[in-house]
Amino acid sequence: MLQMLEKTIVDNPLVTAFAFIGIVIWISNQASRYLTRGRIAGSAIAVLAGLALAYWGGAITGKAKGLADIAQFSGLALMGGAMMRDFTIVATASEVHVDEAKKAGWLGVLALLLGTLLPFIVGVSVARAFGYTDPVTLTTIGAGAVTYIVGPITGAAIGATSDIIALSIATGVVKAIFVMIFTPVFARFMLLKTPQSAMVFGGLAGTVSGVSAGLAATDRKLVPYGALVATFHTGVGCLLGPSVLYLAVKAISW
Amino acid sequence: MVIFGTALLAACYLTGIWAGEAIAALIGVKANVGGVGIAMIFLIAAQHFLKKKGLFPPETERGVTFWAMMYIPVVVAMAATQNVLVAIRGGPIALISAAGSFLLCFAVVGAINRLIQRAHPTKTEDESALGSDVLQTK
Repeated sequence: MLQMLEKTIVDNPLVTAFAFIGIVIWISNQASRYLTRGRIAGSAIAVLAGLALAYWGGAITGKAKGLADIAQFSGLALMGGAMMRDFTIVATASEVHVDEAKKAGWLGVLALLLGTLLPFIVGVSVARAFGYTDPVTLTTIGAGAVTYIVGPITGAAIGATSDIIALSIATGVVKAIFVMIFTPVFARFMLLKTPQSAMVFGGLAGTVSGVSAGLAATDRKLVPYGALVATFHTGVGCLLGPSVLYLAVKAISW
Repeated sequence: MVIFGTALLAACYLTGIWAGEAIAALIGVKANVGGVGIAMIFLIAAQHFLKKKGLFPPETERGVTFWAMMYIPVVVAMAATQNVLVAIRGGPIALISAAGSFLLCFAVVGAINRLIQRAHPTKTEDESALGSDVLQTK
């Protein structure tokens, strides 16, 4: 019986991946609710769990594709591959309402640009300080400091290696968790009181999971305003990362 | 029908990626330049246009929103297939650049929101409340 189950799992990799990721996210949501009292979003815990599983898979197989190198989990490579990743991210643009987006106005655009540029500069500087000089590597780590989605997309577009992409995801995930935890702590300092202030925050802090979880812990009414601008963040980052920012880094490092 | 939404999404995705390839070839970069971002703009524009014309019923929209909701699971799967083993060696980079960027961004949020309050004092409930906030954070 167990052999037949194993055969079923190995023969249907993508469906197995759906079921497996569902379980991971369910456990993460439970952990979020009961262990952190909702302070750290379930999605952030799930991404961290994914990275931990990738570490475990890599440690067992000694190969480069994390958990997907184990035969039973090979479907993760398709589910989490470039095609599905980019396809689902384009779909999130459907959540943006043009009329409401216009209300954010130039201030939202400015916050978005600063929110992409400042973390990118910090990321590139830190990577440079740690001895990296290759423009592809510097850009990927800098993009990871923008969000954990912009990092891998930029890295994949300009041809970064998997270990650097993992590092840029790690940077983005650590940042998202910092934003979730410290938004309520710094809310008074940031004057997070009005919808407009939440939009500025959403543009600068980036990561939708970080912004929505952080604002939820501060003032629930502010969540949609922050998330509205933050949903643009991935798009702006993915647009600028592999193009303008990469070319800028390349020009400077020459 | 649901498939129309998914097909629209797929069409925007393909044309966006294609445009990204074209831009890359034009400026001489050997990779896709912002294709995903361009695809997002196409999708926003297409949805806006079709909704105005009444050609985008909720059922069709579900063909798009399903995939939008799948993005966190896909990102989790993507995380599970990364080469984390090697990334761990660069640990301090992730920690320092994450801490540096969120602290810098929080500081700028505070600065911009103070400028907004100064420019539009009517938007704040109370000038004295602003004053006490500034004192407390110092």
